[in-house]
Amino acid sequence: MLNKLKSLVAAGTLAVAGLASPALAADAVIGVSIPAATHGWTGGLNYHTKRTIDRMKEAFPNIDFVLATSSSATQQVNDIEDLMARNINALVVLPFESDPLTEPVKAAKAKGVFIATVDRGLAEEGIEDLYVGGDNPQYGKAAAEYFKKKFPDGGKIVVMRGIPTAIDNIRIDAFNEALKDTKIEVLDMQYANWNPDKGFEVMQDYLQRFPEIDGVWAGDDDAALGAIEAIKQADRKNVTVLGGSGMNKVIKLVMDGHDMVDADIFYPPTLIIPAIELVTMKFATQAPINGRYVLGSPLITKDNAAEYYFPDAPY
Amino acid sequence: MTDITATSAGSAASPGRSLLALLEAAGPLIALILLMLIGTAMSDSFLGAENLSNVFTRSAIIGIIAVGATFVITAGGLDLSVGSLSALVAGMTIMFMNAAAATLGDGWPLVAAGIAFSLAIGAFAGFVNGFMIVKGRVEAFIVTLGAMGIFRSVITWLADGGSISLDFSLRDAARPIYYGQVLGIAVPIIVLAVIAVIGELTLRRMRFGRHVAAIGSNRHVAFYSAIPVNRVRILTYVIQGLCVAVATVIYVPRLGAATPSTGLMWELEAIAAVIIGGTALSGGFGRIWGTIVGVLILGFISNILNLTGFISPYLNGAFQGAIIIIAVLLQRDRSQG
Repeated sequence: MLNKLKSLVAAGTLAVAGLASPALAADAVIGVSIPAATHGWTGGLNYHTKRTIDRMKEAFPNIDFVLATSSSATQQVNDIEDLMARNINALVVLPFESDPLTEPVKAAKAKGVFIATVDRGLAEEGIEDLYVGGDNPQYGKAAAEYFKKKFPDGGKIVVMRGIPTAIDNIRIDAFNEALKDTKIEVLDMQYANWNPDKGFEVMQDYLQRFPEIDGVWAGDDDAALGAIEAIKQADRKNVTVLGGSGMNKVIKLVMDGHDMVDADIFYPPTLIIPAIELVTMKFATQAPINGRYVLGSPLITKDNAAEYYFPDAPY
Repeated sequence: MTDITATSAGSAASPGRSLLALLEAAGPLIALILLMLIGTAMSDSFLGAENLSNVFTRSAIIGIIAVGATFVITAGGLDLSVGSLSALVAGMTIMFMNAAAATLGDGWPLVAAGIAFSLAIGAFAGFVNGFMIVKGRVEAFIVTLGAMGIFRSVITWLADGGSISLDFSLRDAARPIYYGQVLGIAVPIIVLAVIAVIGELTLRRMRFGRHVAAIGSNRHVAFYSAIPVNRVRILTYVIQGLCVAVATVIYVPRLGAATPSTGLMWELEAIAAVIIGGTALSGGFGRIWGTIVGVLILGFISNILNLTGFISPYLNGAFQGAIIIIAVLLQRDRSQG
């Protein structure tokens, strides 16, 4: 009698468990692998990524997200392997560096994972199903065009480079290419690593070295803020400063009118938003989406600054 | 006969030996002078008053931290968390000042409160480090490595990955701390000089300094000599924390903001400055004036590389590393003695 009761209970539990499990499993798991917040731009990236994942989770509760932030390319390789171990159906990845990340992403693709790369591509063509990117060559060109228009009769400018990566090289090459055969003279290029402290120091030394500087391309708004303070301290007048990336503080300066900064180049950390949303749509609403989406890097001036201003974002 | 010749030979050798000893002791100073000569030769703007003032002022921040590090290293310890602590103190102080502006107004009382707040956090963090290392008996490298990670993560979290900025209305009150001048000398340089003098006097002339050196030299002998080893060691970490706080108070008005990348690598620069200055990494001997010279050497290297164009910026790091090694080579046998 007791044995029969036990086996009845056991059978009942199994049946309930069997009914319950499909409801707990998600329809799809999307892994997101991005760089950690090491500088302003990646800080904004992390903010928008978390915001988008929260919104997508709310809209589509049957889709699961796993977010991994890595502080280096090697750590990102490890993180992607960990994501694979969690059986993800799709991977949204912003590679720290294209070359080291190509193999792990290729391996993921071979296991049938839908690949979306953001901002930077991979070393080989054809691996990703979806690419959402910014336009790095246009970034450099926009900066060059700005100075060409600002100083039609020629001028002396100094340049601050960013963290030594492939992106920095692409932008600087495009910048130099666009300035060929013009009267603009580039006095020097030193690394400021898109960092406000380094931007301050490099600018101070540039001001010591060159008695005449008409313009500064700081490469990034973080470095530009440092450069502005250095120019203010040295009390030099008529120096134009151009940063880049659309940091809200600098856009505010452009909107309000500033004697040194009157433009910015948009390179949004928000480009992660369409990437995550498109991949979510693919699984949630069965919308097959492939291709390359390149978001432009327009020049922001006082006229259009308001549409690029996000006062609440950390970047 | 032999005795007399032996003594005369001995006394003939000693002026030579003492000259060598003098050369060794002055090693960092010679390296600094050599570097300044190179700088003058390579760039016209190097010896300008404004350039020198810029470099000295920029070096003041690492310099103050390095004075604290000298105490820690002389006692045989190590503190890797100073850069991250600086970022954390900067961020928390800015948040405190932004919040307190409502009650304290935006003048000197607010700045004074901010300074007191930083010193409190710095001392507390130093105390926690020291306590874990001394009472918890955990290796200094490990504790401060963990603390480095914790501090930086907390500031990244507080800043949401972005930057924590001082409200614009408060910046004018705090600006003079970095940009102000007293009798034509920038304020940070004066603060560095005062702290260096206090540090040198403490390390060389006061009983506490002797205890620090003794502990670094041989902890067991120090213990049996009735030196309060634990208390002194914890105090060195508190001093380091206070120095970090003072350095941060000077740093904040420069840009008025703290980011997750504030203070990155500062610990390595501070420790490098201490070693270049002649303090032994294993402890037992400390030289504050040497640390200051070391900080200036590091500052000038970066300055010269910026002022001259022909060295590819890709190789900046290589030059810095090479010059640091040469500077230490110029003081032979100190650590092997």
